[in-house]
Amino acid sequence: MAIKKKIQELRRKREEVQMGGGEKAIEKQVAMGKMTARNRISTLLDENSFQEYDMFVEHDARDFDMGKKVLAGDGVVIGTGNIFGHPVCVFAQDFTVAGGSLGAMHSRKIVKIMEHALKMKMPLIGINDSGGARIQEGVNSLAGYGEIFFRNTISSGVIPQISVILGPCAGGAVYSPALTDFVFVVENISKMFITGPEVIKTVLGEEISMEDLGGARVHSEITGNAHFYAKTEIECFEQIKKIMTFIPRSNEHKARVMESKPPRPDFKPDEIVPDDPKQPYDVRDVIKSVVDDAEFFEIQELWAANMVIGFGRMEGKTCGFVCNQPLVMAGVLDVDSSDKAARFIRYCDAFNIPIITLVDLPGYLPGVDQEHAGVIRHGAKVLYAYSEATVPKITVILRKAYGGGYIAMGSRHLRADFVFAWPTAEIAVMGPEGAANIIFRKEIMESENPEEVRQQKVKEYKEKFANPYVAASRGYIDAVIEPEETRKILLHALDVASEKSVAMPNKKHGIPPF
Amino acid sequence: MTAKDEMKNKSGSTENKVNELKILNIRGELYHTRLTRKFEQKPKWKKPDEKSLLSNIPGTICQILVSVGDRVDKTSRLMIIDAMKMQNIIYSPVAGRIKSVRVKEGQKIGKGVLMIEFE
Repeated sequence: MAIKKKIQELRRKREEVQMGGGEKAIEKQVAMGKMTARNRISTLLDENSFQEYDMFVEHDARDFDMGKKVLAGDGVVIGTGNIFGHPVCVFAQDFTVAGGSLGAMHSRKIVKIMEHALKMKMPLIGINDSGGARIQEGVNSLAGYGEIFFRNTISSGVIPQISVILGPCAGGAVYSPALTDFVFVVENISKMFITGPEVIKTVLGEEISMEDLGGARVHSEITGNAHFYAKTEIECFEQIKKIMTFIPRSNEHKARVMESKPPRPDFKPDEIVPDDPKQPYDVRDVIKSVVDDAEFFEIQELWAANMVIGFGRMEGKTCGFVCNQPLVMAGVLDVDSSDKAARFIRYCDAFNIPIITLVDLPGYLPGVDQEHAGVIRHGAKVLYAYSEATVPKITVILRKAYGGGYIAMGSRHLRADFVFAWPTAEIAVMGPEGAANIIFRKEIMESENPEEVRQQKVKEYKEKFANPYVAASRGYIDAVIEPEETRKILLHALDVASEKSVAMPNKKHGIPPF
Repeated sequence: MTAKDEMKNKSGSTENKVNELKILNIRGELYHTRLTRKFEQKPKWKKPDEKSLLSNIPGTICQILVSVGDRVDKTSRLMIIDAMKMQNIIYSPVAGRIKSVRVKEGQKIGKGVLMIEFE
């Protein structure tokens, strides 16, 4: 009989902890439009797959009357579970318990699940909803953050790390998400900043709302800190589940192979790209014309939209797409788009995901702001990332590929495995207008009708160089292909490159232009 | 409605998208394309004016050490600004005479505010 009593005691204790900060705090959480930590986990994971650990962990702080306070699970829920049958590690900060504040034991729980994830080679998903450091615990709380940041860094490129911002995440706390691979935010719920509106008001006298300073939209469109934007928590969890189908569980694995689906006939590659290189189109339509079932999962859709990155499948296998977007800013490379592309290339390389590059760009964006913002070192990141990547790299030049932009966008010279070009490709040192003005400057200036001569020279240059055949004659591109053949040729290239191996010189690590 | 749908609605129908297209000049080539908000709102570059001293940190003016007409050189102390919990001494960037002082003691200022003009 005693054992039954003990089991009942356990159940009672569990129920107590599961109430988190109590009914009132939960009501408040719900009133803010937020789910509770445990609710979030059970919504995200497969039904009944969650196993919680460290439920009875308690803090041992004594200062400032902390000794009298009982904090359920010390304000964080950790455990393992499945998403579509695949294992993941999860932690979720519980805002109902002391505002989800991070103390020593709270951080120790997070560190425990991070270590499980790294040791057992599975993705880590962290749900952030915390007022910040638990001030009563002083430097122990700061130490806790440091331990988390260290493990984020060590795990980077080994296991996928996903951060979900479902509440405040301010001050030093923001650096854990910033160190992880993908950050998910939700409108009106996510708030991220280093110094909040209060401090800004006292110091600067400037009034700004949390939403305008570091809300979901700001981080999705302006800062680039967030990768996925959702209207609701439910939509956010759907996005997370979806990305999990595209990525492997660790760098020792490949992404799972899904059922192969044919492309959808409503996207016809030869009808998307206008022949005039100055006219725009949506490069995502080209991606949709080659991937399985026209399914493209875009990353950082709102930020630096002149570069499109994301995942698609080719005969069931995940590929990373890096594409210039002529629809926005003519698809130029600039500070932000270089940053965006470079980081994604490194992501794909770390997790054994082949990279398909679609090229159509006029080069780099001219401007004082760009030069002063360091477009040199940011642009260099793209060259670095492509050169360093050893996964299969396949490039298709759709239309313009001018100047430094041509070199940067996965060219043969940076060791693309295959470079293909459509007949519409123009591979040249610059556009016809600029080139004619330089090469024939004297002739144009000295003629009686400069404008007529200029037009004539632009036309001459266009005919001679605005095509893929000069580059093909040097072997810089492997084949000029018909747009309709693109999927077939990509599949073949992916297949033959799948077992590629590259010897790199021995080094501790490179020094990328961070 | 998902966030994606919402964004599509915000950016309008296909007809509207055509209207949004603007001209972007890259090395003489005029491209028809959309511009980002960041690009459209970027401030025009101006040559820094040596005759004006702008604040380089937000804070509070605690003390002004010069007045109009004073002759200063490159080592002269002009004012003390309380910022980031520090008392920051502002030295004159030029040698010359003070034309005007545009701030008062106790005033809170942001970054890039005109504080002193030199003749």
